[in-house]
Amino acid sequence: MRDFVQNLPLFSIILCLLSGSGSSMLKGRTAKWVNTVGISLVGVMSMIVMLYCTEHGSFVYMMGHFPAPWGNEIRAGVLEGFMAMFFCIIMLLSMLGGRKKIDDEVESTKHNLYYILVDLLLCSLIALVYTNDFFTAYVFVEINTIAACGLIMIRQNGRTIEAAVRYLIMSQVGSGLFLVGICMLYDLTGHLLMSNIREAIAQIVANGTYSEPMLVSIALITVGLAIKSALFPFHSWLPDAYGYSNVSSAAILSSLVSKGYIFLLIKIMYRVVGFDVIINSKVLHVLFIFGLIAMVSGSVSAIHENDIRRMIAFSSVAQIGYIYMGLGMGTMAGVVASIFHILAHAATKSMLFISAIGLTDVSGGSRHFKDLTGAAYRNRIAGLGFAVGSLSMVGIPLFSGFVSKLLFMESAVELHWYKMLPALVVLGISTILNAVYFMKTVIRIYTPVGSLYDGKEGYEVRAWSRQKLYTVTIILFIIVNSVLGLCSGPIIDLIQDGLGMFT
Amino acid sequence: MGANLINNYAEAVSMLLFGIGFTNLLLQKNLIKKIIGLNIMDSAVYLFLALKGYIDGRVAPIVVDGVQEVEAYINPIPSGLVLTGIVVSVSSTALMLSLTIRLYKRYHTLDLDEISFKLKKEGL
Repeated sequence: MRDFVQNLPLFSIILCLLSGSGSSMLKGRTAKWVNTVGISLVGVMSMIVMLYCTEHGSFVYMMGHFPAPWGNEIRAGVLEGFMAMFFCIIMLLSMLGGRKKIDDEVESTKHNLYYILVDLLLCSLIALVYTNDFFTAYVFVEINTIAACGLIMIRQNGRTIEAAVRYLIMSQVGSGLFLVGICMLYDLTGHLLMSNIREAIAQIVANGTYSEPMLVSIALITVGLAIKSALFPFHSWLPDAYGYSNVSSAAILSSLVSKGYIFLLIKIMYRVVGFDVIINSKVLHVLFIFGLIAMVSGSVSAIHENDIRRMIAFSSVAQIGYIYMGLGMGTMAGVVASIFHILAHAATKSMLFISAIGLTDVSGGSRHFKDLTGAAYRNRIAGLGFAVGSLSMVGIPLFSGFVSKLLFMESAVELHWYKMLPALVVLGISTILNAVYFMKTVIRIYTPVGSLYDGKEGYEVRAWSRQKLYTVTIILFIIVNSVLGLCSGPIIDLIQDGLGMFT
Repeated sequence: MGANLINNYAEAVSMLLFGIGFTNLLLQKNLIKKIIGLNIMDSAVYLFLALKGYIDGRVAPIVVDGVQEVEAYINPIPSGLVLTGIVVSVSSTALMLSLTIRLYKRYHTLDLDEISFKLKKEGL
C-alpha cells in the first residue's frame, strides 16, 4: 500500500498537461487564471513531496504497476521536490511580473496560446526533474525546446523569429547528440531506466569491456546537454533570444529552461553513469575549461553591450559558465555549489529581466544606456529590484549570489593545484568584470537628471500605486533572493541530502 | 578492428549519415538545407536504433498464427523508440519549416546570414 503523496509527482505533470490542453479552448483571461492556479498547485504539490521525502526518504513510482525493467518510472527525492517547487515559484513570479507586457505585446487572439506554451514548458520541466526513464527525458527535452521556441517568437518581429530559428537549430544539434548518446547507452546496457543502466554500467566498468563506446556515449550526452543549455561556444542564439522576446519569456528562458537541462545532466552524472565513472572519464575537465572561458568571455561581451536586456543576457552566459565550472571540479562540494548557483541565478536573473522592463518602460521604451539615465527615480521599485539583482550577481553579502560564490571558492580550495589555481583566478576576474558592468548600470540608473526628460514622450514618473502587481512581484523576488542569501545553511543541507539520495 | 567494422558496416553507415546530417545542420547557410540536414541526422539515429533491435532470422513482434515464443520475434523496444523519435522529429521539422516561411515572407531570402545582415540594417 503506497501513500497518497507518492502519486503527487505524476499528478503535477498531468495537471500541467491538462491545463495546457484545456487552455486551447478557453479565452485569454480564463487561460491566465488557469495558468496561475496551475503553477501554484504544482508548487504546493512539489512542496508536499519534498516534505514527505525528508521524512520517508526517496521513492519510486511505477507507472501502471509494471515492474522495473519494463515499466516507466518516476522517482522523487528531497532535491527533486525542492527543485520542482523552486521552478514553480520562479515561473509564477516571472509570469506575474510580466503580465502587463504579455497583455500589450502578444496579439489579443493569441493570449491563450501563450499560456498553453507556459503550461507545457512547466510540464516538461517537472517531468525532467522527476523522470527515471531516459527516453522519457529525451521526449520532454524536445517538448521543452519547442515550447521555449514558441515563447521566444510569440512577440512577432524579425528579430524574435530569427532568434527562434537560431535557437531551434542549436537545440536540434544538441538533442541530436543527446539522442544518439542515449541510443548507444541503450545498446551497451540494454536498459532505459536510470537505475538499471547504472547497474549495467558498474558491470561494464568491472569487466573492463566496451570502455570506449561508453566513453563516447557519455561524452555525446554531456556535450548535447551542454549545447542545449548554452555553454560558451554555443551561446550565439542567446542574446537575441533573451534580448528581444517578451519579458516573461526572457525571464523564464534564462532562469528555468537552461537550468532544467543542467539538472538533467547532474541527474545523469549521479544516477545513470555514477560519479566515479564520470570523474575517471575526464569529460568533466572539458566542462571545467569551457566553464572558465564562458565566465570571462560572457562578462566581456556584457561590458561591450549598450543594450540593457542584451547585457543581462550575456551575463547569463557567464553565470552558466559558473555552473559548469562547479560541475567540472569533479567533487561533491563543486556539485553542491553548482546546484546552489542554479537557484541563485534563477532567482536573480528573472528579477533582473523583470526590473529592466520597468526601467525601459519609463524611458520611452528605449533600452540604450544613455536613455536610461535616472530611470530608477522614475520607477523606484524597478530601480530597487535592479540594484538588488545587480548586487546579488556581483556577490555582495546578504544576497544569494554571495553564497554561491563562497561555495565555489570553498570547493575550489580543496582541489588539486592545477584546477584550484585557474578556478580561483578566473572567479576573481569574473567577479570584477561582473561588478564593472552591473555597477555601471546601477550608477547610471541612479544618476539624477533633473527635468531634462520631463517633456519627452514616454518619459514619466510611475508611482507604485499604478503598478501594484509589479511592485508586489519585485518585493517577492527580493524576499526570495534574501532568503537564499540569509538562510543558505538549511538549503545547502537539503541539497546535500538530496544528492545523497540520488545514489 | 577491421573485422568489426565489416561486421557492423550498417552501424558505420548510420554514423556516417549522422555526421553528414549534423554538419549540414550546423554549417549550411540555407535554411531549407539545414532542415534537410536535421532530417538526415534524425533518420540516421533511427536507422541505428532499428539495427540494434533487429535479430537475424526473426520477424516483427506481431503475434500471428498463435506463435508465442520470444525466440520468434525481434526486440520491439527499439521500434517503439523509433516511432516516438519520428513523432518528435516531425514536430520540430514542422516548427522549423513554419519559422522559415515567416522569415522568407519578411526578408525574401533563405540565407540566415543575409537575414541577420538585414536585421542589423533595420536597427531594431
